[in-house]
Amino acid sequence: MTYPIKQQSRRISAEEKKIGKYIMTETLVKLGVDTVFGITGGAIIPFYDAIFDYRGKIRNILMRHEQGAAHAAEGYARVSGKPGICISTSGPGACNLVTGIADAYMDSTPIIGISGQVSTFLLGNDAFQETDMIGVTMPITKHNFQIRTPDKIAETLMKAYKIATEGRPGPVFIDVPKDSQTKTSNKPIPKNVEIRKPILEPSQESLLSAAKLIMDAERPLIISGGGVIISNASNEVKMLAETLQCPIATTLMGKGSFPETHPLSLGVLGMHGQEHANYAVINCDVLVAIGCRFSDRITGETKSFQEGKKIIHIDIDPAEIGKNVRADVAVIGDAKRCLAGLAKAIIKTGRKREFRHSEWNKKIREKKKFVESHHERDIKSGGLRQPFAIRTISELIRQKDIVCTGVGQHQMFSQLYMERTLPRTFISSGGAGTMGFGFPAAIGAKVAKPSVEVIDIDGDGSFQMTAQELAVCKEENIKVIPVIMNNGYLGMVRQWLETFHSKRYSAVHFSENPSFEKMAEAFRLPGITVTRKSELAEAFKRAYKNDETTIVDVLVEREASVWPMLPAGGTLKEIIKGNVVFRQTWEDVMKSRAQRGLK
Amino acid sequence: MRHTICILVNDEPGVMTRIAGLFARRGYNIETITVGKTHSPGTAKIVITVFGDDQTIEQIEKQVGKLIDTQKVYELKPDESVIRELCLVKVNVSGNKKKDEVIKYANVYKNKIVDITPKTVTLEIIGEPQKIDTFLELVKPYGILDMSRTGITGILRESPKQ
Repeated sequence: MTYPIKQQSRRISAEEKKIGKYIMTETLVKLGVDTVFGITGGAIIPFYDAIFDYRGKIRNILMRHEQGAAHAAEGYARVSGKPGICISTSGPGACNLVTGIADAYMDSTPIIGISGQVSTFLLGNDAFQETDMIGVTMPITKHNFQIRTPDKIAETLMKAYKIATEGRPGPVFIDVPKDSQTKTSNKPIPKNVEIRKPILEPSQESLLSAAKLIMDAERPLIISGGGVIISNASNEVKMLAETLQCPIATTLMGKGSFPETHPLSLGVLGMHGQEHANYAVINCDVLVAIGCRFSDRITGETKSFQEGKKIIHIDIDPAEIGKNVRADVAVIGDAKRCLAGLAKAIIKTGRKREFRHSEWNKKIREKKKFVESHHERDIKSGGLRQPFAIRTISELIRQKDIVCTGVGQHQMFSQLYMERTLPRTFISSGGAGTMGFGFPAAIGAKVAKPSVEVIDIDGDGSFQMTAQELAVCKEENIKVIPVIMNNGYLGMVRQWLETFHSKRYSAVHFSENPSFEKMAEAFRLPGITVTRKSELAEAFKRAYKNDETTIVDVLVEREASVWPMLPAGGTLKEIIKGNVVFRQTWEDVMKSRAQRGLK
Repeated sequence: MRHTICILVNDEPGVMTRIAGLFARRGYNIETITVGKTHSPGTAKIVITVFGDDQTIEQIEKQVGKLIDTQKVYELKPDESVIRELCLVKVNVSGNKKKDEVIKYANVYKNKIVDITPKTVTLEIIGEPQKIDTFLELVKPYGILDMSRTGITGILRESPKQ
């Protein structure tokens, strides 16, 4: 049953265009916005009334929950590099955006959240659906605004756009009281607005000291973070790595910034990262970190992380320098320009170094080879397990296709077994670790780039947090492929309980999961259940070829764990249950800690 | 160590909340905070004193510097700046000769008497926080009935060399 809307679009008079709501739509169009993700409601009705007249210019994708709208905006932004716009009404609508805004803040994703608000004369009266969203979003946005007069609408939207995208990107939230949307303003839309300029160009001194440090290195390592993707600096990073023949690992956010098929690639490092990547981090003498913020998931305990190495930290945000780890050389600026400058500075040193045949590279290559052979074994062995499922999909998709993930075991298995070679093709919630991110982010990604296939590798736990957006896929004819790694558990927590809490499985078991195939059916979409290893490739190919969103529900081994793993608060050397470098168990680590008089 | 940080901000509603919120969520303890207008319209000045090592202070300056409404952040180092605080203190002077003694102390310290009753004397003390602390110690035995301190404000000294 569908209810098509047929209505003539109509000319908007010059007088009407002075009404706040039309200033909003007109400014958005001028900023190049053609898609917004949102849900209407009392306080945002005027804006949506204007959207009705702008249907040809701005497409509103009517999500089913505002969290979905925010994540879709994130997916859109991460793929396109343009800010994603999400819209909600006041109060509960705006509060539902919060998870996505917080997620965007942690991962430096440019989104603009616009929500209605009660009229200015009601502000502070605890009016119906009034929530102080400026207060709520203050700690999780780069900046936020409340527009109390229509005179400020155009200027604020333009500022928000700049703030969201310039320098280190991030979310901006705009609260628009209803009367600002309905009153008129004679102020024309400004041509340009000024905000403080970020530092883009690094200092020559910092580049020269960085170059010198690199040239003096015996065991260099590059870490390529999310900043490399944001600043489109993949080529520059590749050039640096290849010139030096220096091994390079990425963070989860940086996955895809350097081709993982490249001989110098070590894959993703960190808590559940590749063993050889973490081995390289522990043993390098010069660490070149680009556009990464040394999160605790990367460093483990920071004191021992920093031992025995010099750190070159390249970042656009000066506040990241020295926040978590010491920087021996700080290069502040846009990653692309920093790397271009660094290449020149290296030439200036007049020295040539290539680590291709060094002991260091040889050792790492060796470790990598061993780790990979273990991976191969892992993929082949046993029944329908996640390493197999993810590697199968990895091999069936094109490199330009986009992979999104939820949060949990499937995400960590994806970072280990899904090979990505292009930037902006791996979209995952890093800093915030937001379950439910993957599916709506995939919708946003597909809207940003309809020419490729978008696969959402998800968990049964994650998927159920935002599954209602299936309706949007059907309605808007947006095709994504949710592949659910269904183990009937909140698997990552179950793994923790197994490892650190004597298998006391508290609140992790989904004993009555829905049938996801039937769920798809209920949304009038196809669904496939995969119960055997041999069925997976066929099922995925079918979903891939289908014209509409097709759920692939993969019933994977239930009590599997992602190894290796860094116990929380531990040092990188305490990573457990690897195959090659870190072969200890948690019991070994505890014993060794006790011997050293540590808790 | 105590540091005094001066922040120039856009004089917009909510700026104080942004700054105070940032301090709270990053775990920096504000000891005092003062805010007021400056000579240039649209710019307000916030002076904050905070305890922390050099690294913490550097982080604070950078984090505050990131706020969109922040124009400039700098430290007011003790040897390079003039630091002042105002304190109003109401002292109990009921009893033999107490009033005379308190007034005498006030005069020595060049504090102003701003209110006087048979049983109380209210004084205005302006100076560096240490001076205020010393004076308060002095009158404490008489009984302090009430007290209001503004928190620290300050300004950079000009270098005499130029």
